[in-house]
Amino acid sequence: MIHTEDLTKVFKIGKKSKEDLIAVDGLTLDVNEGEVFGFLGPNGAGKTTTVRMLACLIGATRGSAEIAGYKVGTQNTEIRRRVGILTESPGMYERLSAEKNLTIYANLYDVPDVEKAVGKYLTMLGLWERRHDPVGSFSKGMRQKLAVARALLHEPKVLFFDEPTTGLDPEAAKVVRDFIEELKTEGRTIILTTHNLDEADRLCDKVGIFKQRLLAVDSPQALRERLFGRKSVFHLRAVDPNWQALVSLQPGVNSVEVVGEKLVVRLNDPENDNPAIVKALVNAGAQILFVGELRHSLEQIYLDLLHQKDMEGKK
Amino acid sequence: MRHIRTIIDKEWAEVFKNRTVIGMLAFMPLLFTLLPLVMLSVTATQGMEGLDAASAGVPANFLKACAGMNAGECMQVYLVNQFLLMFMMMPLMIPVTIAAYSIVGEKTTRSLEPLLATPVTIVELLTGKALAAAIPGVLITYLSFIVFVVGLYVIKIAPLVRAYILSPTWMLAILVLGPIFSIISVMTAIFISSRVNDPRVAEQVSGVVIIPLMAVLLLQLAGVVVINLAFMLSAIVSCAILAVGMVYLGTIFFQRETILTRWK
Repeated sequence: MIHTEDLTKVFKIGKKSKEDLIAVDGLTLDVNEGEVFGFLGPNGAGKTTTVRMLACLIGATRGSAEIAGYKVGTQNTEIRRRVGILTESPGMYERLSAEKNLTIYANLYDVPDVEKAVGKYLTMLGLWERRHDPVGSFSKGMRQKLAVARALLHEPKVLFFDEPTTGLDPEAAKVVRDFIEELKTEGRTIILTTHNLDEADRLCDKVGIFKQRLLAVDSPQALRERLFGRKSVFHLRAVDPNWQALVSLQPGVNSVEVVGEKLVVRLNDPENDNPAIVKALVNAGAQILFVGELRHSLEQIYLDLLHQKDMEGKK
Repeated sequence: MRHIRTIIDKEWAEVFKNRTVIGMLAFMPLLFTLLPLVMLSVTATQGMEGLDAASAGVPANFLKACAGMNAGECMQVYLVNQFLLMFMMMPLMIPVTIAAYSIVGEKTTRSLEPLLATPVTIVELLTGKALAAAIPGVLITYLSFIVFVVGLYVIKIAPLVRAYILSPTWMLAILVLGPIFSIISVMTAIFISSRVNDPRVAEQVSGVVIIPLMAVLLLQLAGVVVINLAFMLSAIVSCAILAVGMVYLGTIFFQRETILTRWK
């Protein structure tokens, strides 16, 4: 559904400055139909610039992109008809009512039955009762919901959500997240840029960790496995110093760490290897309280990759 | 056309909820319509018997316009020609106010990005914004002129003076030059508003559009130029060329990326 090849954006920063600002550097990416793709990266990483290029708002300096079979740069109007965007700031017309705001956009998107589309999304997002009120009187969460409605009016196949929950209170953020999950079930392709790594972990089928260029891309689980391997944690009543060596001799074990009264074992295939380790520990007299999997947070993956990039930059 | 209509509808829905704009739209026509009527009414009741137009202070090269008139009527025609320039300020200043609030408003509410993400073309966007600002300026000028003409009958102005006001010079000014002025002022406001973040600053800076008009007013007062039919026709041609040039420049200069990255 979305394909980019060496997509690059360089900004000229002032006439006096000799250096150009490379906002996005050689992005090659594929997002399949119906996937939710999370763009993760620090401020200034180029996430919004990428979204703007894909939404045909700004041109690429180099490379190409294709959305729903249409080429960015030459078929921009076709792409705009098929893409919905939730910008970082809702950008509503504050003196106008919620209904008027959506009606304007429905007309600009050439929606055939404007009244029906506006009514549908106002109802779906719980804004029907407030449809006649000026948007200036809305809370931040309500404005964000209205901006989501605006992005959906023309039933786009592809949605770009740029920081959709930033600045929202937990309740409003949950409403937006739940709605994105609902959209996911409708088979729409969604690009989500976010700082909220838990949100990305929960919503995204794939994530791309990004800082000017793509540092890693995969499902959150696959990234965990690739970076940290899979680890089982054996919670014991007490740890005997000999058990570390004992466990490290078991097949499939890559490393063993003792952390308090726990053994943290890095394994290739925990489902197959755990029973043998349990057996060996029990035979050695260990009292096993329970066994679990050590799940690294997406935050750890993110920080680790960015740290690696910074170190490479210093070299 | 649907996109342009929508842009105009949006602009009017928003701008006409702004009290500053409404105040401007009401105050300027009232002032520029009533002031000439009051002044004409006062000069009509003043006796100028025994005086000729030259000794009443009418510049020498204006006297040709007063053929067949007495000194009082000539003085009124002379005054009326200054009022014409005041009338012409309306299609210049009203669109400037609307355009300044419209564009700077888009910047402050950050509504440009979602707007530019729609399939609307830049030509449609600029046309919609320009028409939304220009149409009220032109219509208010027309309406003020109608009120002014009705007022001339009410204050019983001399038929020769009234005929002068309803002459082709005035008609061309109000009906043709007014709309051209509106386009020039809108494009000036769009160019200036794209560089500033305060609608009042945009409005004030865009006020430069009245400088040439003020210059003509002063030159006429000094007797250097006379606004007659020839002057009006040449003004229409030169302003039309300027307006077309500005619209052309606008469509070249304002691309999506420029608007998004530089209109800050």
